[in-house]
Amino acid sequence: MSNAPVTRKHASTLRGGSLPKWSPWAIAAGSLAVGAGVSLAAGLDSKVQWGLIAAILFVLGTYVIAARVEGRRQAKDRVATSMVWVCFIVAVVPLVSLIWETVERGVKVFDAYFLSHSMGVVADAETGGGIYHAIIGTLEQVGIASLIAVPIGVLTAIYLVEYGRGKLAKAVTFFVDVMTGIPSIVAGLFVLSFWILILDMGYSGFAGAMALSILMMPVVVRSTEEMLKLVPNELREASLALGVPKWRTILKVVLPTSIGGITTGVMLAVARITGETAPVLLLVWGTGFINNNPFDGPQASLPLYIYQQYAAGTPASVDRAWAAALALILFVMILNMGARAIARWKAPKAGR
Amino acid sequence: MAKRIDVSGLTAYYGSHKAIEDISMTVEPRSVTAFIGPSGCGKSTFLRTLNRMHEVTPGGRVEGKVLLDDEDLYGNGIDPVAVRRTIGMVFQRPNPFPTMSIFDNVAAGLKLNGNYKKSELGDIVERSLKGANLWNEVKDRLNKPGSGLSGGQQQRLCIARAIAVEPQVLLMDEPCSALDPISTLAIEDLIGELKERFTIVIVTHNMQQAARVSDRTAFFNLSAVGQPGRLIEIDDTERIFSNPSVQATEDYISGRFG
Repeated sequence: MSNAPVTRKHASTLRGGSLPKWSPWAIAAGSLAVGAGVSLAAGLDSKVQWGLIAAILFVLGTYVIAARVEGRRQAKDRVATSMVWVCFIVAVVPLVSLIWETVERGVKVFDAYFLSHSMGVVADAETGGGIYHAIIGTLEQVGIASLIAVPIGVLTAIYLVEYGRGKLAKAVTFFVDVMTGIPSIVAGLFVLSFWILILDMGYSGFAGAMALSILMMPVVVRSTEEMLKLVPNELREASLALGVPKWRTILKVVLPTSIGGITTGVMLAVARITGETAPVLLLVWGTGFINNNPFDGPQASLPLYIYQQYAAGTPASVDRAWAAALALILFVMILNMGARAIARWKAPKAGR
Repeated sequence: MAKRIDVSGLTAYYGSHKAIEDISMTVEPRSVTAFIGPSGCGKSTFLRTLNRMHEVTPGGRVEGKVLLDDEDLYGNGIDPVAVRRTIGMVFQRPNPFPTMSIFDNVAAGLKLNGNYKKSELGDIVERSLKGANLWNEVKDRLNKPGSGLSGGQQQRLCIARAIAVEPQVLLMDEPCSALDPISTLAIEDLIGELKERFTIVIVTHNMQQAARVSDRTAFFNLSAVGQPGRLIEIDDTERIFSNPSVQATEDYISGRFG
């Protein structure tokens, strides 16, 4: 009799109570139901409030139940897990609803005609028209901006990682940090005052591209810098010890090793500037007509088109704005997928 | 082919920190010289001063002379790139280029420098891989990435890469410390063959290895942590391991210290 509790305690040091595998789902369902019930009883309208109450109930319920059955340490573990899930859902719900909304409203007028026609002779209130001119504008402006920003950005990053020592490197790093924080409208105003007001050039896609390249450069520098830092120093030393000059080492060993990551960084920078409206509004002006020449006269671009069509406010133009938003999301998504494909294709292979 | 190295009064710094002080020694051609000593005593630093890799480290600088057959490596107008072509190096951890195939790894020294004939490249790669005892293992997969090989194979690939540029001297910085005994044996055998053609300097923590492969052995030590490392003595390997002239060497070898 006196021995029995000791034996039992000994057995329980390695084997504690445990909740069944389905318990998180059960707690989630339970807290959703209770959350809905409480909200209805309190007369809350907003579904966001319903969800938040359910989320809090889920975390608290997990802790209380797990603490009773499994003990406090396991309960903390389960609370951490449940918090991660709640945060994940909080992050994903707006994203999914945004894509859902855009697709639902965008597909109405999204077809081959829409992609291949401009707004040249279409009034805001009329149906028809398309985004061909805006696609041309976006492609050209983003392309020129990338042509300016990518070489400068990559070379700056190479300088900072491979050569930069002392004050100049610190100054460059500092200004790159400052540039990262420049609001897009400020970059637009800078080019506006310099290029259009002082030099007296007209509105053009090129002026917009210059502002976009200012926004793009720090992103390219930063991501390229991080990628170059990931290249093991042993590879540089191996190359130098073979009697390869430093510049060739960088060109033939360091860059090929990191090209996948650099490409991803550049594509992310491209995706970021593709959605910029403010500098385009200031510098490219916008037009309903097709203008293939980025160096002369106003052009359109997708974000600007969306803004203008939505501002026009007629049912037909709002439909076009949603369809253009869908086109913009697809454009950026295709770029990102292309970047991933390149990164995977170029990544150092480890197969046997 | 092989050249003699004469070092006199060599002191190396990392920034303001003095890593090794006043080292003088002679490395005989067509022989294996081993450096032994406790961690942090400057063996690797000294090795890296011999082909001017020390100055690749930020803040690294050197005082003193390193003569390669009467030419001072640190003299005026000496191109460090040319020095490194003459004095090759194999590192502690195998470091094949991950983006290149086995073939390209071996050919890297020539290809990256651009001075080669395409027709000769295949022969050079085959000769170097044979020289590194790796040819039979990789001849059917020369176009596969070098990072897919085992650790020991990768290290021999790095040796093949180093000898493909036909250096006069080969420096090895603990080439076997990351390898298993079988790969170590393969590399030690290889060192025995390579010394017919090259002057070899090897840093090792393994005293049996120094005793097995080297003709001469140098013992380095430092008087206290933070003090610069010094050369205690250099002599024929047999003498160092049987009857060293300095007590500290005997203590280190017999395991009474360090």
